[in-house]
Amino acid sequence: MEYAISVLLSGISVGGQYALIAIGYTLVYGILRLINFAHGDVFMVAGLMGIYFTATMPIGVSIPLVIILTVVLGFTIERVAYKPLRDAPRMSVMISAIGVSYLLQNTATYVTGGQPMTYPSIPLLSDTISVAGTQTKWVVIITPVLVLALVLSLNLLINKTKIGMAMRAVSKDYETSRLMGIKINMVISVTFIIGSALAAVGSVLFFTNYPAITPTAGAMPGLKAFVAAVFGGIGSIPGAVIGAFLIGICETIIKGLPSAWDVSVFSDAFTFALLIVILIFKPQGLFGEAATDKV
Amino acid sequence: MKDRKKSFSAFIGICVLLIFVIILENISGFVPNVPQVLEPTSPLFTVLKKAAVYSLVAVTMNLLNGFTGLFSLGQAGFMLLGAYTYAILTVPTAMKEQVYYLFGGCAFDFSLLDMFEGIFGSSGAGGAVSMILACLIAIVLAGCVAGVFAYLIGIPVLRLKSDYLAIATLGFAEIIRAIFQWQKLGKVTNGANMIKGFPTFSSFNITDGAGNTILRLSTFVPFLISSVCILLIVLLIHSSYGRAFMAIRDDEVAAEAMGVNLFKHKMLSFVISSFFAGVGGALFAMYVANAQAKAFTSVMTYEILLIVVIGGIGSVSGSVIATFLYVACSEWWLRFLDSEHYIGSFKVPLLRNGFRMVVFSVVIMVIVLFFSQGIMGNREINIGALFKKRRPKAERKQ
Repeated sequence: MEYAISVLLSGISVGGQYALIAIGYTLVYGILRLINFAHGDVFMVAGLMGIYFTATMPIGVSIPLVIILTVVLGFTIERVAYKPLRDAPRMSVMISAIGVSYLLQNTATYVTGGQPMTYPSIPLLSDTISVAGTQTKWVVIITPVLVLALVLSLNLLINKTKIGMAMRAVSKDYETSRLMGIKINMVISVTFIIGSALAAVGSVLFFTNYPAITPTAGAMPGLKAFVAAVFGGIGSIPGAVIGAFLIGICETIIKGLPSAWDVSVFSDAFTFALLIVILIFKPQGLFGEAATDKV
Repeated sequence: MKDRKKSFSAFIGICVLLIFVIILENISGFVPNVPQVLEPTSPLFTVLKKAAVYSLVAVTMNLLNGFTGLFSLGQAGFMLLGAYTYAILTVPTAMKEQVYYLFGGCAFDFSLLDMFEGIFGSSGAGGAVSMILACLIAIVLAGCVAGVFAYLIGIPVLRLKSDYLAIATLGFAEIIRAIFQWQKLGKVTNGANMIKGFPTFSSFNITDGAGNTILRLSTFVPFLISSVCILLIVLLIHSSYGRAFMAIRDDEVAAEAMGVNLFKHKMLSFVISSFFAGVGGALFAMYVANAQAKAFTSVMTYEILLIVVIGGIGSVSGSVIATFLYVACSEWWLRFLDSEHYIGSFKVPLLRNGFRMVVFSVVIMVIVLFFSQGIMGNREINIGALFKKRRPKAERKQ
């Protein structure tokens, strides 16, 4: 029983961390119809920056700095690598995204020397607490709460503000909203800024619970978050969050199964199997709108 | 008539290339004091072998992405299937105990190599025949396994469009990798450990009784297999099927209206591409002399995709040229970026381990952003044109 609770708790917390990445995917896909392969690597870079900054600065300065610099990184990537290809075929933009991901991974290998880096223990987050008789870290409790708060405020932003309205318009119809005088580039930049900021917060939460960061550490969480976004219906924020929680919980349950079965190697494969099943049977996801292809 | 002339000159071109490779490889044995580049241990031959293998895989990816317009990212998964099929089928029975020591031997007590050695003998010409037959059959079977899997995967996946197809094929590659790393299958796949001890490229070097190499063929073999496979793919592209693929790429709806069976042709392209990717995987296993699931990650697929982009999406010769450039740069020419250098007493800044890949990825980004056509665009090199006498322009136009 205690074991079940601890598995469930860590599942919820992993799910929350995936949710923060998944929002970045779902927002960008909703507007640009682009799988931003570099998003997972932005997440990894945020983790590395966290390591370097906390080594020299107090936590109160370094974490906001990590978030700001990640936002700058996301913004720059969009401006340099995606904006020039706005009218190019979708495949070129995706290849550009893969190129950025390759660049970020190789740069990270260069800077770290390829060594796995351990994340510093952040006071409060890394402290242990006992819940229903099981020992766990504070981060496990804080993550879902923080995720919910962030998602609610993001929802407010999207539904109540002018820029949110513009974002919704652009994701509905790119061309028409451009004709209506919406500054497309500004809207896209805002999307990338929001996505990167959430990824930075996610990286702080994710890597405190993670043994080490390698240059490829972002790829897998990134892909899983993308699957979560597809699962929830791409373009839908609540969908992405629910999908992320489900995937996080399933994954920790698979990892927590008796080791005699030796199925933990399938924790990643399961996510992809889920993705394929969804794509075949319900391609619009749980909350997505059915897309109509115009000829 | 003109086509026949063209394919004849292409054939001659490939033969000349293969003979050149043999000479290049063996020149150090006949001519004393060759430059160090031509010694058998030189990076030149590593580059040539790896590039021969990669160019085949790049062309298979181009067949899908460039000629059929299917954005698939599953190439590493199919290579993995090919590599393991080849490895499992050719590890000699005597080696199995040692390779599978963690699992107490292999469940699959059969080796093509032993079978043929039983028929033709294991030394002299008989040994050569059994080696060639065993490797050839194992390579073809490696392709077949990849092709069968591609068929099964294709049934659900090929109904998806562009980026969903990409992510689904990527997912399948990851699933295949997880299955091959599963310890429960250890008796067949050796779990997460590598399979080794099977014939590699250097097994094809001809040696005399005392073990001295008489004729090196270790670079020639990958060149031969790759060029035959690429030739087959080119023939396919120029057939009516190839034209149907290109019609699908250019406009699915129009192609369907013209009577091209979309699903059938997509499946054909997917299966054939995967077949040759499986062959490429087998060759890759021969190149690195082991088969290990860990090597076939999505990073490998990305690498091949970037090669295809650099060469030009929709150009076979572009892919081949880009592969040789890419592999030569990453394995040889840019190696100096990875170690510290001094000019006089001045230490060149930034140079240390990993810098090569950073420079490399910047170059790739520049190509992707500013030269989206790649080296060749969608044109091809016409080997015949290189040897042809220059004719007046008006005549050439026809």
